[in-house]
Amino acid sequence: MAIGIIIVLIILVIVFIILYNRLVVLKNRVDNAWHQIDVQLKRRYDLIPNLVKTVKGYAGHEKEVFTKVTNARSQAVSAGAVGEQAKAENMLTGTLRSLFAVAENYPDLKANQNFLMLQEELAGTESKIAFSRQFYNDSVMSYNTATQAFPGNIMASMFSFGPREYFETEDVAREPVKVDFNAGGQENKS
Amino acid sequence: MYKQISANKRRSWLLIILFVILLAALGYIFSTLTYFGPAGVVIALIVAGAMTFTSFYYSDKIVLKISGARPVDKQEYPHLYNSVEGLAIAAGLPTPKMYVINDSAPNAFATGRDPEHAAMAITTGLLEKLDRLELEGVVAHEMSHIKNYDIRLSSITVVLVGAIALLSDWLLRSFFWGGTRDRDNNNGGFGIFIMIVGIILAILAPIIAQLIRLAVSRQREYLADANGALLTRYPPGLAGALKKLAADTEPLEVANKATAHMYIVNPLKEHANRLNNLFDTHPPIADRIARLKAMGAGAKKSKSGS
Repeated sequence: MAIGIIIVLIILVIVFIILYNRLVVLKNRVDNAWHQIDVQLKRRYDLIPNLVKTVKGYAGHEKEVFTKVTNARSQAVSAGAVGEQAKAENMLTGTLRSLFAVAENYPDLKANQNFLMLQEELAGTESKIAFSRQFYNDSVMSYNTATQAFPGNIMASMFSFGPREYFETEDVAREPVKVDFNAGGQENKS
Repeated sequence: MYKQISANKRRSWLLIILFVILLAALGYIFSTLTYFGPAGVVIALIVAGAMTFTSFYYSDKIVLKISGARPVDKQEYPHLYNSVEGLAIAAGLPTPKMYVINDSAPNAFATGRDPEHAAMAITTGLLEKLDRLELEGVVAHEMSHIKNYDIRLSSITVVLVGAIALLSDWLLRSFFWGGTRDRDNNNGGFGIFIMIVGIILAILAPIIAQLIRLAVSRQREYLADANGALLTRYPPGLAGALKKLAADTEPLEVANKATAHMYIVNPLKEHANRLNNLFDTHPPIADRIARLKAMGAGAKKSKSGS
C-alpha cells in the first residue's frame, strides 16, 4: 500500500516537473522572439538616418517628409509597451513609404548605388520585422494556450506565468516597402 | 509537425539499419563463398559503419559537392540573403548556409543533418527568373524541409542508397564486360561471388529506385508546400514560383537519379507529359499549385471575414 502511494507521488512529481519545464521553455521562446523583433527594429532605426541623408542629397527641398520620418523614428525608438511600440512602428512604416514615393520622382536618386543598397536593406529588414513579429505572435499563442488550458493554468497561477500581449499590426505593414505614387499622401493621415 | 519530425528521424535510422544489414549479408555471402572466414562479415560491418558515419555527418557536403554548389555571402546576393534570414526568423531556426549552383534551370534544395547544420542551394536560374515574393515562397518551402528533418532523411538516402546504386552499376558492368574472362580459373570463389552479387544487385537495382521513393514519400512535398505557405503567409508566392518552374523544360545538369528527390521540382524532367506517375519522386506540379491556390482562397475568406 505504502509503496503504491509512493509510486503515485513520484509520478505526480515527474508530471509536475515536465509541465513546469514546458511552460519555462515556451516563456523563454516568447522572450527570445521579442528580442528578435527588437534586433530587427534597431537595424531599421540605424538604416533610416543614412537613407534620409542620401535622399536629402538629391531632393533637399522635400523637408516635410524628412521631418515626418525623423519624428516617427524617434517616437518608435522611445516607445515602451508592446502595444505602443506596434503603433509607433506602423506609423514609421507609413512615413517610410511616403519617403520612397518621393524618391520615385528623382531618377538620379533611383540610379544611386547607395540608395539602391539602402532600399534593398530596408526592404529586407521590413520583411524580417514582419517575420519576427509573426514568430513572436505564434510563440505568444502557444504560450498563452499552455498557460490557460488545463492543467497548465494551475501551474501558471501558482508560479505567476502571466499572459503575454500580441504584437498587433495593420495589414499593410506585412508587405515589403513598395514604391507607390498614390500611397504617399494617404498613409500619413492614418 | 512534430509527428513528421519523429517519423523522419525514425525513417533515417531504419534506412541506416537496413543498409548495415544489407552490407553484412553481402559480407556473409562473400566469406562463405571464398572461405575467407568470419573476417568478411567484420570487414563488411566496418565498411557499413564508416559509410553510415559518413552519410550522417558529411552527406550534406557530399550532396553539395556532386551538385556543383558553391558557397555565397551576403555581398554577392543581398536579396537572397535577406529572404533566407527573414524566413529563418519566421521559422525560428538559425540561418542556413547559402549555396548557389551555376545553372540556368531554376531549382533549389536543402540538405544537412539537423537545423543547426543545414544548407540551402539555389540555382542562378531560379534567382534570375523569380521575383521576391516567389523567391520567398521557394525559400520557405526549403525552410520547412529543414525544420521537419526531411533534410536528414533525404541526404542520408543520397549517400547510402546512392552508394548501393553505384555499386550495383559498377558490378553489373564488370560482370557483363569480361570481368570474369581471364580470372575465372585462378580465383573461382571470388568470381562466383562477383557473379552472385551482380545478380543480387541486378534484382535489387529497380527495388532500390523504389526504395528511394518509399523513403522520401511524395507527401513531404505537399507538406513542405503547406508549411512554407504558412511561413510566408502568402501562398500565391510559392504557387507562382512553381508555375514558373513547371514552365521551364530545361533539365538541371548536375542532378542525377540519386539526388533528384531532394529538389523542389523534379530536375530530370522525365515523364513531363504525364500528369501523375506512380514512379515519380515528386507530386505533379499542377496538383501542388491547385492545393496552394485553395489555401490562398481560404486565407482570403478568413481575412475579409475578420
